[in-house]
Amino acid sequence: MCHQTVSLVSRHLESQGITTVVLGSARDIVEECGVARMLFVDFPLGNPCGKPGEHDMQQSIVSLALDVAATAIAPRTTVQAPVRWGSDDWRTAFMRVDDSNIAALRSAGNKRRAAQDADSRKG
Amino acid sequence: MAARADRQVSHRSFVSYIDKSREYYSASGFEHPYRWAAFDEVPFSPHTQPLAECNVAVVTTTFLHHHDSAHGAPASGKQVYAHPVADVPDSMFTNDLSWDKQATHTDDTESFLPLKALQQLADNGTIGSLNHRFFGVPTEYSQRKTGLDADQIAAWCAEDGVDIALLVPL
Repeated sequence: MCHQTVSLVSRHLESQGITTVVLGSARDIVEECGVARMLFVDFPLGNPCGKPGEHDMQQSIVSLALDVAATAIAPRTTVQAPVRWGSDDWRTAFMRVDDSNIAALRSAGNKRRAAQDADSRKG
Repeated sequence: MAARADRQVSHRSFVSYIDKSREYYSASGFEHPYRWAAFDEVPFSPHTQPLAECNVAVVTTTFLHHHDSAHGAPASGKQVYAHPVADVPDSMFTNDLSWDKQATHTDDTESFLPLKALQQLADNGTIGSLNHRFFGVPTEYSQRKTGLDADQIAAWCAEDGVDIALLVPL
């Protein structure tokens, strides 16, 4: 949801004449919304500017984002940063749904809906 | 036109969070998938100024710690905010946001709020300056509320003479 929020802000800033670049890791959400420029970092959500503690990598990613801001000639420009996380386990582990957790997810969802219903009754 | 040696990638896959969230919320019993924002038209403000003359501001979705009253913004009832870059806390409040808490951590603020990296780029002349304050926007399901926050951030950017906004979602 963070990615949709900044994409909407980016669109508004562009319409006001401010150059923007979204530096993020949820490529599909940003591209679905449609922004002027994106630097996509194919990392788990949380560290779009580079791995924690790796300041050279962070510097290089931020520099590349500014380069995208300066060089893109048309909207919906997405550039992928040439960095890799290492292990790919996170791709399937995040928001995983399988037999081991489906009952717990359903139960948590029921509780959340009950809370939402209670809130809406309060007005 | 020269090929960009610094943009060569060996892998082009990406995770679809639209698919992941649909499956996750469906398994949680929510009947209707979230309707993600999608537009045909995309506003585009061509960039004409040299980077070395640009004032760059960061927009983040993270917040200052709610228990630190000196920093104002609470974790609940979040409001769009501006905060001096000279007064960056050692950590930001990220627990309430959806990010991959198993695979990584947010203890290094530079991994999502790159103020020191930008200051270095200002110091070495790559950019003109890092804007004297950064901006925070609450993550909202309501696109209407985000529109109001975007108005406020645009007003702050105009007030500060921001040339480039670097938007970093968590």
